[in-house]
Amino acid sequence: MADITETSTGSATQAAAPTRPAKRIKWEAVGDHAILIAGALLMLVPVYMVFATSSWDAITIHRQGMQFGFGDQFGVNYDAALFEYGGFTDSVNGMTMLANSMILGLGFAIGKIIVGMMAAYAIVYFRLKFATLAFWMIFTTLLLPLEVRILPSYEVITWMNLGNTYTGLIVPLIASATATFFFRQYFRSIPEELIEAARIDGAGPVKFFIDILVPLSKTMIAAMFIIMFVFGWNQYLWPTLITTDESLFTLVRGIRQIIQSYADGSETPDYGQAAALAIIAMTPPVLIVVFFQSWFVKGLTESDK
Amino acid sequence: MAQVTLDKVRKVYPNGAEALEPSTFTIPDGELTVLVGPSGCGKSTMLRMVAGLETVTEGEISIGDRVVNDIDPADRNIAMVFQNYALYPHMTVERNMGYGLKNRGLPKSEINERVREAAEMLELTEFLTRRPSQLSGGQRQRVAMGRAIVRKPDLFLFDEPLSNLDAKLRNQMRIEIRALQRRLGTTAMYVTHDQVEAMTMADRIIVLNTGKIEQIGTPNEIYEHPASTFVASFMGAPPMNLLDGEAAQGRVTLTGGQVVPEAHVNGHAGGLIVGIRPEDVQPSPEGELGFDVDIVEELGAQRLLHGRVAGQAFSVAVPKDKAAAADTMRLSVKPGAVHLFDTDAGRRL
Ligand SMILES: Nc1ncnc2c1ncn2[C@@H]1O[C@H](COP(=O)(O)OP(=O)(O)O)[C@@H](O)[C@H]1O
Ligand SMILES: [Mg+2]
Repeated sequence: MADITETSTGSATQAAAPTRPAKRIKWEAVGDHAILIAGALLMLVPVYMVFATSSWDAITIHRQGMQFGFGDQFGVNYDAALFEYGGFTDSVNGMTMLANSMILGLGFAIGKIIVGMMAAYAIVYFRLKFATLAFWMIFTTLLLPLEVRILPSYEVITWMNLGNTYTGLIVPLIASATATFFFRQYFRSIPEELIEAARIDGAGPVKFFIDILVPLSKTMIAAMFIIMFVFGWNQYLWPTLITTDESLFTLVRGIRQIIQSYADGSETPDYGQAAALAIIAMTPPVLIVVFFQSWFVKGLTESDK
Repeated sequence: MAQVTLDKVRKVYPNGAEALEPSTFTIPDGELTVLVGPSGCGKSTMLRMVAGLETVTEGEISIGDRVVNDIDPADRNIAMVFQNYALYPHMTVERNMGYGLKNRGLPKSEINERVREAAEMLELTEFLTRRPSQLSGGQRQRVAMGRAIVRKPDLFLFDEPLSNLDAKLRNQMRIEIRALQRRLGTTAMYVTHDQVEAMTMADRIIVLNTGKIEQIGTPNEIYEHPASTFVASFMGAPPMNLLDGEAAQGRVTLTGGQVVPEAHVNGHAGGLIVGIRPEDVQPSPEGELGFDVDIVEELGAQRLLHGRVAGQAFSVAVPKDKAAAADTMRLSVKPGAVHLFDTDAGRRL
């Protein structure tokens, strides 16, 4: 008996096995993928074209436009983009701009996280007289990004003599509520008992912030850092307005500067170099997102409490 | 170690709700006092005022011979165990337990020694380097206990520390906490809504009802002489049967017409409430009360018979070896087992 049942079950699985990997084509899946692939191409092809174009000399690009194939000017273009001094004063090269972008991105991200965390800490954990009012006022700044208040901000910064300084470049950008808002929501989800336990454990406001709140917010901080870094890195309008000193130019700004010479009518703009610079400008944010991706997702979706 | 005294302590929350009416009592040094009552009766409020996490509206709280009303929680030399443990998720067990000591500026060697000692006592030694998320519920509970112990406080405060554990673990931890508290001889206040926990753990029980102390007493006193119908029905499972009756000429008659034996009226006349615990009556052919059985509940060790006496709901607990036979039976009442309460306030007569 046992034998028979065994063989029969055996053959049943054998018979069932080949039918399992169904060869029916799921048209919905194909449709989904087609849309996704089309979207991906739409995003990636321009990037590829810039990359390919960055390997050609300026004359070819000027005559034939953007390129699909690769030329032989890779080394020359990137070398020039990074190390050749340019601009009116010959005081700036790609490396300087890279450093400036880095300072802007990091300064903006770090500054924003510190200010946002501290503001959220005050709003959530301290019984302030007008806490709700304060929160809503901070919250309203979400509706007023720098671009909206750019003229008054410019006035203030020049009045404070902060034009052409890193401070003037970074601080006005920090003044908006995104980080404060996210940290507020996050802090409010931290259980009350944890705070009380810390109080009984003798952790004062500063100790609680540094020993408990900051480590608990690690993933949130990482997520904020990525978003803010990329946002700061890609700033264009404000840096253009506030920095006239070429040694303070950022990469995003520098790309325009190369094309600018065309508008000046003096010579053929160095399109190859511009493309190379564009690629260089894209790389650090991409790297940061790639490396911190898992943190990013964790910070925004999961809480380790 | 210290005794705890509350002197006419009252709590009104900013929204105007009176969570605790003026309450006065003393917890003797080294005793474990359980605050028990239904959810929302003000147990946590009372405990949190003693901890210093909540302000005192009126009255005075003393720990030892020091009035602590205006003293910061960290300086009251207390330790608290929370329902959800409130462990720091980013710290190892070791750092969780030592954090309070570190903040008090104890030397590292002393911290280490105390943490190891507590870990050994709680069988946590092998988990010292783990994070709370890598521990089971029972282990987390132990870490929370450890964090309290290493402080060597004057007073332990527990706010429903076992509510998040499963029944089996709860029984086990109940015994462990009790044993630990005895061994350390530290005064403790323990909040629970579970009357079994209260009965089994307490040296003294404080029964709270909607912000008012109903009764203070040893588990035995509370069980044997409940001060009110609330205490009578809240303490004890299955709860005490409460029946409407009337006293006249030294005899108590149930509404619906049966005379209650063993009722000592002490000159009271008129309507009253008769309380009889389900385990204080037994089926017996010559019993004085007639009982109609509706439902039989098997509990293993015993059997619960639900039905009516004189038309009013009534339950009887019988040992499992006694057959639950008939639809109607006679019940005899144990001597001294009839409790009488007045109808209005439900106070004991
Ligand atoms: N922060 C607060 N503000 C206003 N009312 C509160 C607050 N905390 C508790 N209460 C109220 O006080 C009463 C007692 O609460 P609590 O002490 O937490 O009860 P228990 O711990 O016995 O369940 C409840 O009615 C509750 O709604
Ligand atoms: Mg409570």
